[in-house]
Amino acid sequence: MADITNLRTSAETGLSNLFEAARKSFATEEKISREEAFKFFEATGLPSRRVEAFKYTDLRAAIVEAAHPAEVPSAETAKSTVASAKAFAGVEAVRLTFVNGHLVDALSDLGSLPEGVTVTPLTEALTKGNPLLKALGPVEQTRENPIYQLNTAFLADGALISVAAGAKVETPVHLRFVGTGATAFSTATRVLVSVGEGAEFSLFETHEGPNGLAYQPNDAVDAVIADKATLRHTRLNREGDKAIALSTIAARLGAEANLESVNLVFGGALSRHQIYLHFAGENANAIVNGAAMLGDGQLADSTLLADHAAVGGVSREQFKTVIDGDATGVFQGKIIVRQIAQQTDGKMKSDCLLLTDEGQMMNKPELEIFADDVACGHGATCGAPDEELLFYLMARGLPKPIAESLLVQAFIGEALESVTHEGARDALIGEVEAWLRARG
Amino acid sequence: MLEIKNLVVKIEDNQILNGLNLTVNDGEVAAIMGPNGSGKSTLSYVIAGKEDYEVLDGEILLDGVNVLEMAPDERAAAGLFLAFQYPLEIAGVGTMTFLKACINAQRRAREEGEISTPDFIRKVNAAADKLEINKEMLKRALNVGFSGGEKKRMEILQMALLEPKFCVLDETDSGLDIDALRIVSEGVNALREKGRSFLVITHYQRLLNHIVPDTVHVMSKGQIVKTGGKELALELEQSGYADYRSEAA
Ligand SMILES: Nc1ncnc2c1ncn2[C@@H]1O[C@H](COP(=O)(O)OP(=O)(O)O)[C@@H](O)[C@H]1O
Ligand SMILES: [Mg+2]
Repeated sequence: MADITNLRTSAETGLSNLFEAARKSFATEEKISREEAFKFFEATGLPSRRVEAFKYTDLRAAIVEAAHPAEVPSAETAKSTVASAKAFAGVEAVRLTFVNGHLVDALSDLGSLPEGVTVTPLTEALTKGNPLLKALGPVEQTRENPIYQLNTAFLADGALISVAAGAKVETPVHLRFVGTGATAFSTATRVLVSVGEGAEFSLFETHEGPNGLAYQPNDAVDAVIADKATLRHTRLNREGDKAIALSTIAARLGAEANLESVNLVFGGALSRHQIYLHFAGENANAIVNGAAMLGDGQLADSTLLADHAAVGGVSREQFKTVIDGDATGVFQGKIIVRQIAQQTDGKMKSDCLLLTDEGQMMNKPELEIFADDVACGHGATCGAPDEELLFYLMARGLPKPIAESLLVQAFIGEALESVTHEGARDALIGEVEAWLRARG
Repeated sequence: MLEIKNLVVKIEDNQILNGLNLTVNDGEVAAIMGPNGSGKSTLSYVIAGKEDYEVLDGEILLDGVNVLEMAPDERAAAGLFLAFQYPLEIAGVGTMTFLKACINAQRRAREEGEISTPDFIRKVNAAADKLEINKEMLKRALNVGFSGGEKKRMEILQMALLEPKFCVLDETDSGLDIDALRIVSEGVNALREKGRSFLVITHYQRLLNHIVPDTVHVMSKGQIVKTGGKELALELEQSGYADYRSEAA
């Protein structure tokens, strides 16, 4: 009989050893259940393709070795790394800078936060305690997710952001994640954003890291959006080309709450972005879009779960994937409508533009509906750029590569239209243009 | 200016153009009239270089150069312009972005530098005013949500901005009310000059009251079957296409 431990991969054993080692550094008074989280992880291990939710994204195969959790960077390293960070540099915002997953006070604007916003570094909250810690993990289903559980177990830093009830905050907070290192490292960050009743808040996240290094970031955002509150969330993945980048946003929406979330992916050899939505209050509204522009050797996975547990929720999900070279796109979307969630209106769509014959797109839409008076649907399309449109553009004198770029831009652009903040939208469009220019 | 010699074209298994001959001289406005399905749009697409068609025989010479070997963008750079019968909607591509890209592509082909933004805006505004195009339309995605008439005006706007040598207008009058027809026609007439010729394709005579042609050709079953002056259009208006359908059948 095979000993069960023999079936563990080297990476899984590595993670257990790393957790064991890290244990000593955890503050004793912590209010987060790392042990429980790691126990869950140890029981399941790294998910392989045999696990339904990871059918197309085999983490067990992809993560060969567990990378060492990144040390707190020196002031020098932090400074020089941030100096080369380009993402959203021109967007006016209050910045919280994370270098290798550690919040760097000296490079953050903690002293000049907009009115109505308070930020507590997670490390401080974990040692001193903070009432907001109770709000972590706002969506039940994340407890069954190995990526999120690993994040909890290894949580090294992050922030608790609180937006006062009624505050209409104009200045966005920009979480600027940058990575650097000579050897592969891992990170585990968690940012909680709690938007008080009727408040409005914009949160940007950009992730940049070195090319050629198989580092392993695992970043999570927990969002608690109170009744009638609005959160606008814009995320940019500009990770390095060898990164294995895992991320999650878990949002709980109160009555008449609004969430606008967009994730634009360029980086990572493998990336998986998970979106968990829990419609807790009536008539909440979520627009969740994703866009990915992928080249040779890349895999990008967007996995979404929208759990409608109250009357009248509206969700719109639109995912756009541009596939060049032999890249693989993955979209998994599941809409759950509980029995009480009558008049739910959920629409989910995944579109893919194939620029070569070698690429592939995997779509897995699911609807689980227990209420009878609902309007839910999903759709998926996949194809090469439209020949008729190409001809029209070329007939106006545009050479084929330019005509194709315009069409790609238009295709992706649809997913970015929901970004309300003009500066952020323009920054994303600039990134799209840069990708197209680099493609040539 | 443009010379089409014995053009034979098929698509899938249908031969649509059956040895078509046509000459349009410098500065001339030639009209092609013909029943639906006679191959008018096919001819316009083949001139512009659409891929789906197979040219089995013949030549299309623009100032003596055979354009059949050129890609559509090269033909545009050489001075060909097709105003589409059904202009396409391009969701997500801003009209101004598109116009600027077209102008710059043309300038690059002529080895000129990119147009400056103020010059570009001035140029577009001037052309849009002439065609009574609402500035709000220019802020939207190309042709998306435009009415049929607005799309046709947008085609003429592009034509005015790109200053082509040879313009093909495929049923530019279809979908236009009388006011729009007048505006569009004035826009075209303003571009009539030496060094620029037009091929105006239409099913109805009324467009030719506004854009008065020098010559009128009747097309039937993929051939030019009759050629005359502008009075031929009036004759057709009276007699209809019945003769040509049976003649070619
Ligand atoms: N893509 C196509 N495949 C097959 N037949 C076509 C295609 N496009 C046009 N045709 C046929 O070619 C003929 C000419 O069409 P068209 O050039 O559009 O005529 P017109 O513009 O004069 O009305 C018609 O019989 C039409 O059915
Ligand atoms: Mg036609």
